[in-house]
Amino acid sequence: MTFDIILAGVGGQGVLSVSAIIASSAMKAGLAVKQSEVHGMSQRGGEVLANLRIADHPIASDLIPRGSAALLLSMEPLESLRYLDYLALDGTLITATEPVVNISDYPPIEDVLAHVRRLPRAVLVDAERLARQAGSTRATNMVMVGAASHLLPVSFDSLEHFVQTMFAAKGAKVVETNLQALCAGREAAGTR
Amino acid sequence: MSEMVLLGDEAVALGAVHAGLTAAYAYPGTPSTEITEYLIRYQQKHGGPRAQWCANEKTAYEAALGVSFAGRRTMVSMKHVGLNVAADPFMNSALVHVNGGLVVAVADDPGMHSSQNEQDTRYFADFARVVCFEPASHQEAYEMTREAFDVSERFHIPVVIRLVTRLAHSRGIVRTRDARPENPPHKDTTKDSWILLPGNARKQWRALLDRTGDIRRYVAESAHNRVHDAPGAFGVITTGLARNYYLENVPDLPAPLPHLHIGAYPYPVETIRAFVATLSRVLVLEEGYPFVEHALRGIVPTPFAIEGRESGHVPADGELNPDIVRASLGLPARTGLTLDGLTLPGRPPQLCAGCPHGDSFHSITSVLESFPDAIVTSDIGCYTLGALPPYNAIQTCVCMGASVGMAKGAADAGYHPVVAVIGDSTFLHSGVTPLMDAVASDTSMTLLILDNKTVAMTGGQPTIRRSSDLEGVVRGLGIDPDHIHVLEAHPRHMAGNTEILRREVNHRGLSVIIAVRECIETVKRSRQDKTAAAALGEPA
Repeated sequence: MTFDIILAGVGGQGVLSVSAIIASSAMKAGLAVKQSEVHGMSQRGGEVLANLRIADHPIASDLIPRGSAALLLSMEPLESLRYLDYLALDGTLITATEPVVNISDYPPIEDVLAHVRRLPRAVLVDAERLARQAGSTRATNMVMVGAASHLLPVSFDSLEHFVQTMFAAKGAKVVETNLQALCAGREAAGTR
Repeated sequence: MSEMVLLGDEAVALGAVHAGLTAAYAYPGTPSTEITEYLIRYQQKHGGPRAQWCANEKTAYEAALGVSFAGRRTMVSMKHVGLNVAADPFMNSALVHVNGGLVVAVADDPGMHSSQNEQDTRYFADFARVVCFEPASHQEAYEMTREAFDVSERFHIPVVIRLVTRLAHSRGIVRTRDARPENPPHKDTTKDSWILLPGNARKQWRALLDRTGDIRRYVAESAHNRVHDAPGAFGVITTGLARNYYLENVPDLPAPLPHLHIGAYPYPVETIRAFVATLSRVLVLEEGYPFVEHALRGIVPTPFAIEGRESGHVPADGELNPDIVRASLGLPARTGLTLDGLTLPGRPPQLCAGCPHGDSFHSITSVLESFPDAIVTSDIGCYTLGALPPYNAIQTCVCMGASVGMAKGAADAGYHPVVAVIGDSTFLHSGVTPLMDAVASDTSMTLLILDNKTVAMTGGQPTIRRSSDLEGVVRGLGIDPDHIHVLEAHPRHMAGNTEILRREVNHRGLSVIIAVRECIETVKRSRQDKTAAAALGEPA
């Protein structure tokens, strides 16, 4: 079993936290993991791409080959379309619908979402709204982890455990908000 | 033994700690920064070993040399271009009789994710006649770093660990072994072996060349250089991370190919000769420059075909990935989904909303509007993004500190006004010395130091001196105090700041303006740290 995930978003959206929580859960399950990130210049409000590979055997490459990802998980709709060629023909795209418009030539959002909907397996999540309902829009990325949880080769309990671990230092309220966001995302993607 | 998940950078850091590290030094630089960040956190938690940021890579290297002279194990880390800054101590340290293990961890950035070139550190190691390890996995990063200290002490040379971005910034599992204790202090009492006077230096150089045979034998026998036999006349040589991309494609090959992997240098000459002896064609896959391929090709035609970056079978620039290696193996491309009917705009990196640099760039562009011929030199840091819209405010970015010397040169060449834009940490790294040149000839230029009180681009490491010390540094160089200004870079002072800049731009002589306001990212982080501390009931 190999489960490759392309994680996309814009600098500052918490893509690396998403990657860390899924990776930790996979390792807890005894799976091999490789997680490639970008730091530095690449993070300054620009496009962010992370590769997360999970397998039940040793993984050679840190980078995912084209056409191999089972899941493309994006924090932003335009960014979700940037790496389509990495998604397997039977792969799933899950994206947040709220655009980050920090460039002047951002296409009309309806066009972007229409292109997402046209894909064979696409799940759109109004993650920002769900996060706000859970207590904070800063938990938007955890909504997306929840939305992906149906497909991930890890247990939901384990994701909950690592969300708790990751936010423990920030206090019980932050933990609670992120757990609620995680559940809201799972529910939103599960009803489709 | 325990298992941990670490970045490649962190695997090097922990390998050094477990090898008996006493002190580590560095200047931040992507993708090497996390080595020292890990060591600093480790020191905070365990009380040692010492880990410290330095003014620049050269000073960091020299501090490490002192530790080695004193008999203790030390590591200096930097990004690839940092080794250019530290080249003087690096090249010369190959000639001294290294005492305590000295490891030089250098992270190259093929593909230039966050750099101004993609130079390959293996050439530097070869140039200095020292050993270089090139890990291809997190486990190797850990093991090779430990081994590097032993090799350094065994052959009395600095040993290089060459990382690349995709290993430095990838997380993987590392199994650790028991730690070795630190060396007790035992300074080198060998007569003259650290005094590179010409007479001694000639002896030391001869001694290094005499050790070369032993060094080559050690590396040739190393398990890091391995042949995987298979029948066939087409073989593959991989170095470093290229092995992973090759292995990723092996299941799709009709049959396994003869394969030589090189992970330790100087490359094993006899092993390579034996490997290619029965081949008619060899593909050389290297992350970086065609270092091994070039040597293999040489000048005289070979009886077998060589394919690689030089021959055009692999792109000459950029980093490798599984798909590029797949194509070079002649395998059909994999396809994924495609996007039709929508052109995606790029999303280049940009200054954060509210960044103090933005305010300074607004002042610069408004002052220079009336000078279409003005020259604005700049430097390495977040403010290099001033090159992009909406600012389009700078015209050069070459290397650390170059803005200052280039401004002097442009002014000498007859241009006015000339403005140099540099950050606080880059100024202290390499901007002070060229400013002395400008002081010496009272060059007609304006130096704008954008002081955001941190090394922002690499994630907010502390600048080596406090912000309040900067003015004193500038004054101490002998600049006319009437032409030194310290401003707060804030929108509410925009009009006044712009006026001062206008006055100094018009001044025929040297002036320095320090525009101060803390990076909004570090402000945010210290606020978050306080919230977290409060949540845990700790004193803020």
